[in-house]
Amino acid sequence: MEHATVSGGHSLKNYLIGFVLAVILTAIPFVLVAMGALPRVTMFFVIAIAAVVQVFVHLRYFLNLSLKETPRENILALAFACVLVFLMVGGTIWIMFNLEYRHDM
Amino acid sequence: MSADVAMNPQRRGPEEEAYEERAFGFWLYLMTDAIIFALLFATYVVMAPNIASAPAPKSLFDLWHTAGETALLLVSSLTFGVATISMIQGKKGQVLLWLAVTFVLGAGFVAMEIMEFAGMIAAGAGPGGSGSLSAFFTLVGTHGLHVSLGLVWIIILGLQVAVKGLTMPVTSRLFRLGLFWHFLDIVWIGIFSVVYLPGIM
Amino acid sequence: MLGRLTIDALPFYSWIAMGGAGVTVLGGVVIFVLLTWFKKWGYFWSEWLTSLDHKRIGVMYIALALLMLVRGFVDALMMRSQQAFAYDSGGYLPAGHFDQVFSSHGTIMIFFMAMPFMTGLFNLIVPQQIGTRDVAFPFMNSLSLWFTSSGAGLVLVSLVIGKFSTAGWTGYPPYSGLEYSPGVGVDYWLWAVLISGIGSTLTGINFIVTILKRRAPGMTLLRMPLFTWTVLVSSVLMAFAFPALTVATGLLALDRYLDMHFFTNADGGNMMNFISLLWIWGHPEVYILILPAFGVFSEVVATFSRKALFGYKSLVFATAAIGILSFSVWLHHFFTMGAGANVNAIFGIATMIIGVPTGVKVFDWLFTMYRGRITFDPTMYWTIGFIVTFVIGGVTGVLLAIPPVDYLMHNTTFLVAHFHNMIIPGVLFGYVAGLIYWFPKAIGFQLSAKWGIRAFWCWIIGFYLAFMPLYFLGLLGMPRRMERYEIAAWQPYLIIAAIGAAVILAGVVCMAMQLLVGIKEREKTRDLSGDPFNGRTLEWLTSSPAAPYNFAVIPKVDSLDAFWKMKVDGTAYQRPSGYTDIVMPRNSSLGVIAGAFSFVLGFAMIWYIWWLAALSLLVIGIVVVVRSSMENTDYVITADEVAAIEEQRFNDLARVPRHDTGDPAASPQAAPAPGSAS
Repeated sequence: MEHATVSGGHSLKNYLIGFVLAVILTAIPFVLVAMGALPRVTMFFVIAIAAVVQVFVHLRYFLNLSLKETPRENILALAFACVLVFLMVGGTIWIMFNLEYRHDM
Repeated sequence: MSADVAMNPQRRGPEEEAYEERAFGFWLYLMTDAIIFALLFATYVVMAPNIASAPAPKSLFDLWHTAGETALLLVSSLTFGVATISMIQGKKGQVLLWLAVTFVLGAGFVAMEIMEFAGMIAAGAGPGGSGSLSAFFTLVGTHGLHVSLGLVWIIILGLQVAVKGLTMPVTSRLFRLGLFWHFLDIVWIGIFSVVYLPGIM
Repeated sequence: MLGRLTIDALPFYSWIAMGGAGVTVLGGVVIFVLLTWFKKWGYFWSEWLTSLDHKRIGVMYIALALLMLVRGFVDALMMRSQQAFAYDSGGYLPAGHFDQVFSSHGTIMIFFMAMPFMTGLFNLIVPQQIGTRDVAFPFMNSLSLWFTSSGAGLVLVSLVIGKFSTAGWTGYPPYSGLEYSPGVGVDYWLWAVLISGIGSTLTGINFIVTILKRRAPGMTLLRMPLFTWTVLVSSVLMAFAFPALTVATGLLALDRYLDMHFFTNADGGNMMNFISLLWIWGHPEVYILILPAFGVFSEVVATFSRKALFGYKSLVFATAAIGILSFSVWLHHFFTMGAGANVNAIFGIATMIIGVPTGVKVFDWLFTMYRGRITFDPTMYWTIGFIVTFVIGGVTGVLLAIPPVDYLMHNTTFLVAHFHNMIIPGVLFGYVAGLIYWFPKAIGFQLSAKWGIRAFWCWIIGFYLAFMPLYFLGLLGMPRRMERYEIAAWQPYLIIAAIGAAVILAGVVCMAMQLLVGIKEREKTRDLSGDPFNGRTLEWLTSSPAAPYNFAVIPKVDSLDAFWKMKVDGTAYQRPSGYTDIVMPRNSSLGVIAGAFSFVLGFAMIWYIWWLAALSLLVIGIVVVVRSSMENTDYVITADEVAAIEEQRFNDLARVPRHDTGDPAASPQAAPAPGSAS
């Protein structure tokens, strides 16, 4: 049955854990921004860390990825996409802001 | 090539393999979509300072509005999860109910986004106002378009569940729609973390 | 009602434009009349256009590619002849027209010649080479074909209705923006590229899944034939790089259609970002095209040297390394854009690094030939011609990878010479070799070897004559894309280059003869064995052409060069104890319909016919929904039908002698391996 492959990890408990974690990880940056309590750079770090952690929470509890059960190809494809996103986004931002800097000189 | 191989044809025999291939193919599609979003994010970051003579998008953001959109989308991920679990348990009525709830939440999200866009355009900050606004509308709009397509897809699969029942092809499609829906929620995390929160700060 | 489409769109502005339009229309009319005259429409529709058989889809891709090769080559002839005459005179092409010619030449050769040629080879061979019956998503395969064809159709139509882009095949803004290119030309380019690009992304996904999920039992990753390996890496690059092209062209479309400001001069646009986005796709694209050609060369070298490939694993790792590195060098296409020294230096170094795995491959091919029992088949001519010529292109590439040198050479004909020096031997020679090599597998008989060798000599001599002068011209400072010039010293080189183009024309004629003579002599070269070249990999196990299901019984693999091992062990061609029913995908007209409406969608968007665009988008949407809701898309070939087909196959096999599978390396007088003490 397909259920064997699909249902792996799908349980209400998982979804609820994921939901609660996601709510917390969303609330932290929203509340801190609303209060304006932290210095700008610190705030950026908090937002970034909360976002990255929340992405992992979604992958684990909503998309039910797990290193053991998910087919290896899927994990590889995700890892490869992450490398490319890093290269493409990092490269674009690096290149474009380097240009900006030189144009302002 | 011996007889025992003939008993073990590697394709189409076991239907699971065909569905597994589709699941993997769909996963790859999501990865390519992620690249599209990544480049739109990069473009937004590059262009956000280029406000020309138009209002800065950040001056038009509203934290509570964004929080509302976030809440709708996040809850809809949970309700889709419940629909998935009902599907695994074979409860057709429950699946339809939770798909309907997900649809309403998703439609609410799209409506809020349209309201926000309309407000910005009315305030003279439409997509043609500046490079910064073009990048904003394109990034957020592309996500909104995906959510809207997801809504159409929910209707189509809802009809299939109602008419055909929870057959194997239908459940496999629902499973892929679930991946799509949760994926859009992940993209939204990026949007509020890169676009709205730093804009409001 | 018809947007900006008026009678003025017809090419009455010049005789040459009318000639091009006339030839295009005439070509269409001839095909139409022939099909009607011979009453072949029904056959054409049900056996070809709607087919989901990967082998037929492959043949259609290659037919499209060859058609577009001729069209793109005519553009090349026009440019070479214009420049040969254009010293201190206008030549025969006015500036705007010359610009259309070089724009369509590049667009066609990359998107509508190389890409479909390559995808056609994927389709013809990969499922057979990995021992499976079909690709993972046969319908999506048909959809990809028709999206690509629709893009090609848009480029062809631009010759008749309206004008093509004058912004070059890369369409750099701000020139390609609405302000400087208000006409339909850039829109033709945009929609052709966008629609076919979606087809390419889908092809990439399809072949990744096919190769990873459908290999014959026992075929581990390191037992995959090298061509399959290159297809896998190339497909990964396709799936992950084409989205960048979609973003670049999509944002340009938003600028042009919705008055946005991504790449405009004013209002906060940043045209440099387009260049970066385009080459995030563009550089991997080079490797998308070239890796499968490397795969072909590897198969050809091993087969015709009668040896296992030297350094198989190093070839695999080099291919994978190139795949990842290709995403990290894109800035070398715009060193002169003004980035800082650090940025340029790092991308320059990354570019030089990517030359290393490519060099590894060249040595592997040479060592495969070393002390092999070489047969000088036409494919070996193309392969050896490739190795010699490609190395020259690689050297000039490393030269251009040095940013200060690039500052001197960029935008000159030196660059034009360099990339043609990579792409003609590295891509086109490979695909031609692949076509000759697998033609009997696809069609059932061989192409004329005599004319094949003549074609090769014309191509390679013509290539050197046409492009070596461009290196010197570049060093003399001649910019690319000039429709006229005032410097007398350039003209002799340009005349030599034009002669080179004429020699290549002779090569194209020889290729046509290769096909025609091959058809005429088909009874002499008909391939009954399915294995005309004493091949090593599984595609040679099937009949030529293969049955719809490829393999009646899925083969079992326990080594590299699986088919060779079967022949050595004497286990090839054993009769199975029985056959089972085989389920295959039924033909579907929905792919053709979606493709046709994507053409209409593009056309309507180009001419601002909004209602038609909305309507065709709706039809495409409905097609997708209908197809994805269908449960029963297969048909069954019964065990009896399979048995009948296979009986015929075994009768044919009984009529042909078996190949000699003695390994030259294993024989007593064999030489020691290169590098070892002798």
